[in-house]
Amino acid sequence: MASIKINSVSKIFDNVAALKDINLEFIDGEFISLLGPSGCGKTTLLRILAGFEEVSDGEVFIGKELVSSKSFHVLPEKRNIGMVFQAYALWPHMSVWENVAFGLKIQKNDKKLIKKKVEEALEVVGLMEYQKRKPSELSGGQKQRVALARCMAMEPSLILFDEPLANLDLNLRESMLEEFKNFHKRLKCTMIYVTHDQGEAMALSDRIAVMGNGTVMQLGTPQEIYHKPVSEEVAKFVGRGMVVDGVVTKNITDQQAEVMILGENFIFRQHKTYLNTGDSVKVSIKSEDLRISSKGIATKVISGIYQGNSWSILLESINDQTTMLKVNSFDAPPKETEVVYIEIKDGWII
Amino acid sequence: MMRSKTRDPKVLLILFAVSLYILLFCIYPIGKLLVQTILPPTGDFASLFMHVVGEKTVQKAIYHTLDASLISAFFSLIIGAIFAFLITLTDIRNKTILVFLLLIPMLIPAQITAVSWLELVSPSGPLVNVLNYFNLQGASNPLYSREGVILLLSIEHAAMVFLALRAGVYTIPANVIEAARSSGATPTGTLFYIILPLMTPFLIAGLALAFVASIGNFGIPALLGIPGRYLVLSTLIYQRLSSFGPSVLESVGILSIILILMAIFGLLVQYIVNKSNKTQMVEGGKINTPFKLGRYRLAVEVASWSFLLFVSILPLIALIKTSLVPALGMDFSLENLTADNFIFAIKNDVSSRAFVNSTFLGIVTALIVALFSVPFAYMSVIRKNKIANFLSMVADAPFALPGIVLSIASIIAFIRPLPLVHFSLYNTIWIIFVAYLARFLAFGMKPVIASMMQIDKSLEEAAQTVGKDSFARIRYIILPQILPSVMAGAVLVFMGAFNELTVSSLLWSVDNETLGVVIYNLYDEGNATGAAAISILTVIVTLLIVSILSFFSRKLPKGTLPWQA
Ligand SMILES: Nc1ncnc2c1ncn2[C@@H]1O[C@H](COP(=O)(O)OP(=O)(O)O)[C@@H](O)[C@H]1O
Ligand SMILES: [Mg+2]
Repeated sequence: MASIKINSVSKIFDNVAALKDINLEFIDGEFISLLGPSGCGKTTLLRILAGFEEVSDGEVFIGKELVSSKSFHVLPEKRNIGMVFQAYALWPHMSVWENVAFGLKIQKNDKKLIKKKVEEALEVVGLMEYQKRKPSELSGGQKQRVALARCMAMEPSLILFDEPLANLDLNLRESMLEEFKNFHKRLKCTMIYVTHDQGEAMALSDRIAVMGNGTVMQLGTPQEIYHKPVSEEVAKFVGRGMVVDGVVTKNITDQQAEVMILGENFIFRQHKTYLNTGDSVKVSIKSEDLRISSKGIATKVISGIYQGNSWSILLESINDQTTMLKVNSFDAPPKETEVVYIEIKDGWII
Repeated sequence: MMRSKTRDPKVLLILFAVSLYILLFCIYPIGKLLVQTILPPTGDFASLFMHVVGEKTVQKAIYHTLDASLISAFFSLIIGAIFAFLITLTDIRNKTILVFLLLIPMLIPAQITAVSWLELVSPSGPLVNVLNYFNLQGASNPLYSREGVILLLSIEHAAMVFLALRAGVYTIPANVIEAARSSGATPTGTLFYIILPLMTPFLIAGLALAFVASIGNFGIPALLGIPGRYLVLSTLIYQRLSSFGPSVLESVGILSIILILMAIFGLLVQYIVNKSNKTQMVEGGKINTPFKLGRYRLAVEVASWSFLLFVSILPLIALIKTSLVPALGMDFSLENLTADNFIFAIKNDVSSRAFVNSTFLGIVTALIVALFSVPFAYMSVIRKNKIANFLSMVADAPFALPGIVLSIASIIAFIRPLPLVHFSLYNTIWIIFVAYLARFLAFGMKPVIASMMQIDKSLEEAAQTVGKDSFARIRYIILPQILPSVMAGAVLVFMGAFNELTVSSLLWSVDNETLGVVIYNLYDEGNATGAAAISILTVIVTLLIVSILSFFSRKLPKGTLPWQA
């Protein structure tokens, strides 16, 4: 078990910066997600923690121990880290049992101890009766559970996941999420989970680091990054939110302000106590915060997409045709020519 | 996809032409060799077989063939594996140059490798002091021996094993190695517990590959083994046919059947191993030098460079040295330097004729192979025609089997005057040409097939719906996309034919010598300096071709050039 400290870490691949001045601190036992679009550097950061990549600058500490710096590098096999990959990375020539036992054998453990630990790990992931099978005879979900058991048997202080569910279908993903949660509860070690899927990150994490373009844009609880995004990018990425321009009309408290958007006034949350009347601001709004109403912003319908339990309706402001709003509604969208009024129940001033 | 098959008469025309090619040049000669040997007009096969195999010389040659091929295959495997692992798994520097050095013995023909090594180790060569030190300096060259043959076969075939193993390493996903490291395995542990077990099929296939290449090799056992009284099957066949002529065709046929059986064994091993190995292709990232050599890097680099410079460059330097002195045994000094050997190489009747012959053979073979390979590959890869698929398997045989077998088959098939025209190909350049058409079709088709596999199938289907016939489809849709590969294939065929010795060693006649034959004969007659000069000229041509191909390799799809990663 270990806390993690990432200190001004940069990584440059052939003159291209994949990570720029990353600073992060994780508490011992925390479940952390690195969330961001593809290519933003998540895997690179994970591989630096694992010791597969060296840092170009900065330091990494696992526990109190320095493991990476510009001039110092602890090899992956010396880091006591477990790793779970998207493509499972089981050893195809070994049985399930041998896969789980490999690391313990390498450490030259006592045979009895190996047996006990392997059995325990296979029991936890429910694969005892599959122990003689080869990985090629398992389903995707089972393979990933073997990978979990393989980590568990080694009792690592830190487990790293690189998009472990991306190869599985939707139903299996849900049940694996449960499994990961239980796994974390049981092992209590620090886990870092890379994903581009917000649902996974939200469901699993104590805290989420939202990444973009080789930087960390925000580190916070799932609620914080959803409801209190620190930047326009985070607001737009998380929950596919909208960001609209507005002007402050009244600073109510240090938590609330009234803002005019498209000619209508709404009350939003804020933390910028220095806001003044007349200031231009950007407001983060999620589609569930919008309601079709008898008053509010006048819009017309552009399109409606049926999503199974509700409709996602795209609207265009009548006053300012560059502003688009997206509403979730249980009712079918009105006709396309009709004027629809929109009220905004909640929002966050960035 | 097949819907217009019957409606398009040009498809039938292509199939007919390709079938005729394969039938005449591949099936007929090899079939005739087999039929005539197994069902001889006089006597029966069994007693003839027992008689031939009962001979002491034959038994010895069989034993030597297995001995030299198995041991050299093993050494090729070790060299190939070490470099495959160094290049793919470690952060050794200057990989491109190292790979090129490793490939040189494969790129230059066996007879030139043999001549250059003989010059390197000759009593007047640059290693004379080393030889003296180890007390190896006898009356004759120490390479004229079993060990010499094995040494050069090992070096000659290390590169092809390397290429196969390098491709094998890249089928292992990077994550699989990383998972082992995370589990606490050191690079060495990962190599032994993860990488080597996963590479086992490739290692076996590589061994079989080198084995088949070794039993088919002629240049090395001819130049080193014949003087060293170490006869293998290919050189025994050569000796008998060249001293007794066509009268021994029957017994030589038996010898070639034994050679075919050995080759089939090796090919079968490769086939079975490759087939059982399909399951391992999984995703998880391409291996990208996972192991850092750290403080051993310089030592490993020095060792690699020393080895490769020694086996690839030093023999060529010895060859250049020999080509520049007036006669063997003379010192390499400024006043001795002469261009006479090169003037001899160019002006001399035989060698100038051989340059013309080999160039001619190379060009026409390349052109005809290219001409047929495109519609052939089109039928087989894009239209998935069953007949074409079968024919392309047949076309592999003359390339995979030992060259000396094809050589005998061609004699047996074409020694009699052709019907209708009453003209015999035997003792003309055309018999070599016909044998080359069989030998190099599969070789030249590989790049064409590789690039055709990458063509978007929907293009062809779209073309079909607008009703173009198959000639037009090939001409306007397929050819523009694969032209670079067709040209690369033709150049490779030219290079192969230009450097060829094994097939032509039995088929040449006065006025119809190839370069390989002339180099061999000159060296055999004791004109080492002349042989060296001609060798240098052909090496220059070869390396020029390789550099041109490599220069354009970015335009070529993966797998086009045999030495590409
Ligand atoms: N080994 C490498 N060599 C060069 N560039 C790399 C390498 N690994 C990653 N990159 C680059 O670094 C950036 C971040 O990649 P990655 O960390 O894999 O992103 P993510 O996991 O968020 O999708 C990408 O632009 C990628 O192309
Ligand atoms: Mg990634």
